[in-house]
Amino acid sequence: MRNEALTEKQSALARQKAAEQSKGKIRHTISMTLLYIVLAIVGVFQIFPLVWLVLFSLKNNQEVFELSPFALPATPRWENYIRVWTEGNISQYFFNSVLYTGSAVLLTILFASMATFALTRMKWKKSSLFLGLFMVGLMIPVHSTLIPLFNTFSNLDLINHPLSIILTYTAFNLPITIMILYGFYQVLPREVEEAAVIDGASVHRIFFQITLPMTAPVIATAAIINMIYNWNEFVFINTFISADQFKTLTVGIQNFIGQYSTDWGAIGATLVISILPILIAFIFLSDRIVEGISAGSVKG
Amino acid sequence: MKGMIQMDQALSSKKMIALYLAPGLLLLLALVYIPIFQTGYFGLMDWNGIGEMTFIGLENYTLLIRDAAFWDSAWHSLLLAVFSALSLIGYLLISLVLAGKIKGANFLRKIYLVPMLLASVAIAQLWMKIYHPTNGILNTLLISIGIENPPAWLAEPSLALFAIFIPIIWQYAGFYILIYYAALKNIPESLVESAKIDGASAWDIAWKIKVPLIMNVIKVTIVLAVVGSLKYFDLIYVMTNGGPNGASEVMASYMYGQAFSRFDFGYASAIGFFLLVICLLITWLIRKVTVSDEDIQY
Repeated sequence: MRNEALTEKQSALARQKAAEQSKGKIRHTISMTLLYIVLAIVGVFQIFPLVWLVLFSLKNNQEVFELSPFALPATPRWENYIRVWTEGNISQYFFNSVLYTGSAVLLTILFASMATFALTRMKWKKSSLFLGLFMVGLMIPVHSTLIPLFNTFSNLDLINHPLSIILTYTAFNLPITIMILYGFYQVLPREVEEAAVIDGASVHRIFFQITLPMTAPVIATAAIINMIYNWNEFVFINTFISADQFKTLTVGIQNFIGQYSTDWGAIGATLVISILPILIAFIFLSDRIVEGISAGSVKG
Repeated sequence: MKGMIQMDQALSSKKMIALYLAPGLLLLLALVYIPIFQTGYFGLMDWNGIGEMTFIGLENYTLLIRDAAFWDSAWHSLLLAVFSALSLIGYLLISLVLAGKIKGANFLRKIYLVPMLLASVAIAQLWMKIYHPTNGILNTLLISIGIENPPAWLAEPSLALFAIFIPIIWQYAGFYILIYYAALKNIPESLVESAKIDGASAWDIAWKIKVPLIMNVIKVTIVLAVVGSLKYFDLIYVMTNGGPNGASEVMASYMYGQAFSRFDFGYASAIGFFLLVICLLITWLIRKVTVSDEDIQY
């Protein structure tokens, strides 16, 4: 008798607990669904303008203006792409973008690696002072240097010359690049370098044959961040370059779009061409890019 | 022992240290540090960029103080800074959700980041199309839900500035979400677990444990957002060039116009120098105000 009452009480408790649990579960499901809806709305807001860009790059004006902005093109008009690539100077701009971006990335990585090597692997007292000197560069607004640079490059006859762009990109990317490399260099083991010195290797040999190869992963990250910055740079190229043959995609498409001010398909195709290399890099290397952007900023 | 001495000698040679620092340091001095002093100096000159410079003392700087158009642009820059700093709250909320062990967080974080990868010129052109008065996607949508005369966003003096703020927020959202997400992921699991055992709600864990733990990162993002806003230029220059009638002018675009449209290089240099001083001052000020002795270590 007593036992029975007890089990009944127990099972009632158990039922109550189960009910509470399922109530909690429902509440949890509802809140998770709401969260996902919010996250998805943000996601659509972030990505839809680009999808729309690709859509109208494949339409002609009539389709752009008459169909819904969400409509797929009936027959994708790839000829928009062929037309903008073959007319005008898009291929020249593209080549210049590759040239300036590539040269500046190489120089920045080499100089930043050398400086970081001196700052972390060599033994001297003032290294933190010099690190500070490099890091203050992060705070300098480019506009505060623009007029003197323009003046200097004019005097040196480097306006409308690739060198003005490549050197400027290199200098302005050094601080962030050193910042990305610095943490990695600090935790590199010293044993290999020590062994090499004992074997009589010169400093250059240590740097080029031991340290530089060991830092390949962080170099890749830093190189991609540099590539994104340089590919998209606007102020310097817009100021130092006015001759069409030296323009990059970022400023070249500006005039180019002017010529096509009413042809939305051509404008869309031009914009897609200009952003495609970075998007492709992102699709294949997104983890490295994400790593680099957070490494370059969190430690600030 | 002999090896150690050898190594110390090799790796502390002054000549070698100088050799390895020199290329980067010289470039930085020549193209960043010397120019900022030149800017201050040019600010003391009457100069059209091509002809002779005439020393006029502080005239450009006193003119700047009385230039209403400049203060309008400074006010717009300040508005952008406030707007950007406030949007950090939204980014922080999203990151707290994303870092809360939900499925697809990685994918969403990458989707959010995509606009950050695009050139400002492409973003500007894209958003000019979005805001296009008759064929843009925004007004097409507004008309389709029954709003008959939607505004011409970028041509409306009262709207242009805010219409430009939206793509700027769009552009940087993924950047800040990524920074917060990385910081939140660094918080040791054990801290959150023990709070859960003590019965803390998800809300309490977020605001009383996680946010204080990443306070240092939040301070960095406030500096980045405010200073970044004060020197912001690209989208505004391409989308409206400060117009209509100065309604979307910011400090950097005002400076650029003075130099490269009006060829008043002396006056533009004074603005450039002012911009530098203000950026360094505000960085210092924010750090000073937000630094506390009790910065939490974990």
